[in-house]
Amino acid sequence: MKTFGNKFPQQLKRLAIVAVILLALLVFMRRILVPSDFGTFGHFRASAVEDIALQKIQYAGQVVCLECHEDIVGTKNAGYHKNVACEVCHGPAAAHTAGEDTVGLQIPTSRAHCLLCHEYLSSRPTGFPQIVSESHNPMKLCVSCHNPHDPRPSEAPKGCEACHATIARTKSLSHHVYVDCERCHTTPEQHKINPREFLPSKPKTREFCGGCHATETPETRGILKIDMNTHGQRYICWQCHYPHLPEG
Amino acid sequence: MNNDLQQENYDRRKFCQSLLGSIAFLLLPIQSRAAEKKNPNRVLVLGNGYIPSDHYWGMGIDISKCIGCGRCVDACKMENKVPREPFFFRTWVERYRIYEDDETQVDSPEGAINGFTTVPFGNHVIRSFFVPKLCNQCDNPPCVQVCPVGATFITEDGVILVDSDYCIGCRYCVQACPYGARFINPFTSTAEKCTFCYHRVAKGMAPACVEVCPTQARIFGEIRKKASPLVRFIRMNNIGVLKPNLNTEPKVYYADLDGEVR
Repeated sequence: MKTFGNKFPQQLKRLAIVAVILLALLVFMRRILVPSDFGTFGHFRASAVEDIALQKIQYAGQVVCLECHEDIVGTKNAGYHKNVACEVCHGPAAAHTAGEDTVGLQIPTSRAHCLLCHEYLSSRPTGFPQIVSESHNPMKLCVSCHNPHDPRPSEAPKGCEACHATIARTKSLSHHVYVDCERCHTTPEQHKINPREFLPSKPKTREFCGGCHATETPETRGILKIDMNTHGQRYICWQCHYPHLPEG
Repeated sequence: MNNDLQQENYDRRKFCQSLLGSIAFLLLPIQSRAAEKKNPNRVLVLGNGYIPSDHYWGMGIDISKCIGCGRCVDACKMENKVPREPFFFRTWVERYRIYEDDETQVDSPEGAINGFTTVPFGNHVIRSFFVPKLCNQCDNPPCVQVCPVGATFITEDGVILVDSDYCIGCRYCVQACPYGARFINPFTSTAEKCTFCYHRVAKGMAPACVEVCPTQARIFGEIRKKASPLVRFIRMNNIGVLKPNLNTEPKVYYADLDGEVR
């Protein structure tokens, strides 16, 4: 032993002590700093996988919606929006499904929301239903005509419009736009098959128009009222006013 | 003469013995490492019973179905608490417009979180489509290679994860990713990226972007199981991956991928 020790100069022996201390320090610090599970399954901290998997969920998934809103999910799943999950429009629902009714969800009604998918873009796949919003009823909300849970293309060709397009177009500009054709013309079903044989009815008397426009009728809603006794008694209304465009 | 020959024989034998001995000694650590790896008893099992080694996840994206509504981008930010600022994305949608004169225009306004707007559409556009992008969960991930501390890693189910407690925010991985899928979270100053919504997948749910996609343009599933919808998707479609020349072996499969997409 003595001879082995004498082989090295004293400086080297002292340096060796420092080296051993440093090495011990390195091992000690590594033990403290490196997590115990580091390298168990590879060059990473094994518990990190668990940590990441414990992140909270925001989107509950459509299956959960079905548990309470069976009717409305059923309607949706039968229509064109069957592949659109509830949370696409109503937002993340995990808080709502966990806290029952305390957390409400968004009900988007703006045109902008529908147009995210349905505005015409040349890059969209052919056949996907799109509109040019500038010319597609710009003043109306989408939901006023289309039910978002059961969206359908508007019924085209419409019953009367298919043949009487000129009249339909004229009427769409008038205040009578919301008055159905059927309101004034009772149309037998066979009229569509055999129009000349089965004609729709036409109003016959002044009193028919008076049903809405006479002063004594209860309904107001901005309907022009006239006194049927003093206003042109000798004539029938449509001798002066064109019913499909009364303003004209 | 005879003596010399014997000396030579003796040396050769000794040489061979010591050679074999040293080779065996050198191979010892490799042998023990291999034995360590093959140990079947060590299987990672998460708290909820999810076993990563039973799965192998991938995603299919059907370009011809994407309508560019950006709902996936919105859902991803909601689900993963990604900062709302328009430059942090775990997934985003790009619009490609390819012109007749070989020019290609790509845009992604705010990552398409608010969808796209119509642009004046010249006569010269040949084709145009949307490409949703996300982390490709490469089988040969450059980001994992460069991480100096082992904060990003590939799990046994094929997902690349970032250990944000261990990440030092050095940005090497952000530079290394050829798909630009990583960013530094401004609040934690650590690297962040798509995890295939690992917390959802571990609970048997689909990633948030897949959940909300209104046209089913994204398909999530197992790559190695025969009955998986993803396997069917890969079999039935003309599949491409992004930047195949880099040999990163992505696990995000695009159907009908245009050659212009980078």
